[in-house]
Amino acid sequence: MADYAGTLGRASAIADDRHTPRHTATVRVTHWIITLCFFALLLTGIEIVISHPRFYWGETGNIHTPALFVIPIPASRATVPTGYGYVLPDQNGWSRYLHFQAAWAAVLTGLVYAVFGVFTSHFRKNLLPARAHLSWRAISRSIVNHLRFKPPDAAEDWSYNVLQRLTYLLVIFVLFPLVVWTGLAMSPAIASAFPFAVTVFGGQQSARTIHFFVSIFLVIFLVVHIVMICLAGFKNRMRAMITGRVGAHKEGA
Amino acid sequence: MSNLSRRKMITTGLAATAGASALAVAARLASRYGLIPPDHGGIYGPGETLTYAAQRLLTRHSMAREFPRSQISKIPFANGEPFQGEAFKRFQAGAFADWRLAVDGMVARPAWFSPAELRRFPASSQITHLACEEGWSFIAEWTGVPLFRILNAVGTLPQARYVVYFSMEPGWWDSIDMADALHPQTLLTYGMNGGALPVGHGGPIRVRVPRHLGYKNVKYVNRLTLTDSLKGFGKGLGSASPEGGYAWYAGI
Repeated sequence: MADYAGTLGRASAIADDRHTPRHTATVRVTHWIITLCFFALLLTGIEIVISHPRFYWGETGNIHTPALFVIPIPASRATVPTGYGYVLPDQNGWSRYLHFQAAWAAVLTGLVYAVFGVFTSHFRKNLLPARAHLSWRAISRSIVNHLRFKPPDAAEDWSYNVLQRLTYLLVIFVLFPLVVWTGLAMSPAIASAFPFAVTVFGGQQSARTIHFFVSIFLVIFLVVHIVMICLAGFKNRMRAMITGRVGAHKEGA
Repeated sequence: MSNLSRRKMITTGLAATAGASALAVAARLASRYGLIPPDHGGIYGPGETLTYAAQRLLTRHSMAREFPRSQISKIPFANGEPFQGEAFKRFQAGAFADWRLAVDGMVARPAWFSPAELRRFPASSQITHLACEEGWSFIAEWTGVPLFRILNAVGTLPQARYVVYFSMEPGWWDSIDMADALHPQTLLTYGMNGGALPVGHGGPIRVRVPRHLGYKNVKYVNRLTLTDSLKGFGKGLGSASPEGGYAWYAGI
């Protein structure tokens, strides 16, 4: 475990201090607010997509223009030829209201988290991988360990491994801002004030398509995240994110 | 009770009071500067209010993007079937010569305009994007008279805060604030892609607000009313959209 030696030393020092939570209260609260928002955004996002399950590239797209791809599902609007003989119930109204409200809550919570992360060195200490862990050898070993479903060692009760760190950084600093940005790029009023926010993607339909794919990546992250938590010990990891406390480390738990 | 928890309680109490007063002051200021949308109530009110307030602070005077002629969509997509009302069909049979657009409410000189009279005002054309909340969109050239010219002609009273507009299609009406009403790209559209505005796209007269989604661009408009409050219209939520579950502000 040479690649975790550094973290292990620091982790055991923290573990000795029973008052130090695994995750600070700010991380725990913002984590669960974002979780709630994500589920609201996902559900309402699906609802909005089924009103027009066709995707395009560029500025414009409609049923008279070729689609980049079509999701083969029935739609909630009769204006889309889906090949199905029926139209799903239309729930766009409240879905859109809730989508934007949850987006606001997620963005404001994300801002609180980001300010906290910078000022308490949370990003630097807990998420930025140590340079020694960034070698291809260390990363590939971590990947192999994950693929073998090797149970995490005690250090990982108190610290993230290099793959976790890179993944969380990707989600926090790339996918989350990108999904917000592409969402804003679909707003005609925002596009009027900040045209570059749209043209950088090649148009409003491109922004919509990217918004869809970034959401898919976020869902994949969520699934892997939950699977990893189950493998690492569901109760222990959940307790750490809810109360901040960490139980005794059990091998393979 | 230990000193620590008492101190904690007092601090929490003070913070809560400060938070509540700050919120009350923010609400007063927001209301004064026109940052509260008519559909600010209900469980989705906070999100809607944040959206509208942010948009008014960031995009009050911004201009909708205009496109080169080469980007005009080959087939402009008319959503749904043209309106089939009997009275409407009679107007259509007469090439809409008898159509009238009434302008009333908080104006000095209420008036009626025929499509021909609207065409006598200096026209404006724009090649802009129309995006539906469903997700599809097209680009077309829209020609019409800027709404501000009509408002100037009838003499808007200073207390007017909204323009409410009604379609001949029953139950379809909407409203915009004065920032949108006086915006140079807000048109009473009568032409599209060089010809008359087709009925499928809202002819003879369609309100065109290119900084909003499609549903705000009401078709077959025959009446405008200026008002200082939206309370007396429908359920008081600003348009038929929130009554059907959709946001009043559609610039998203």
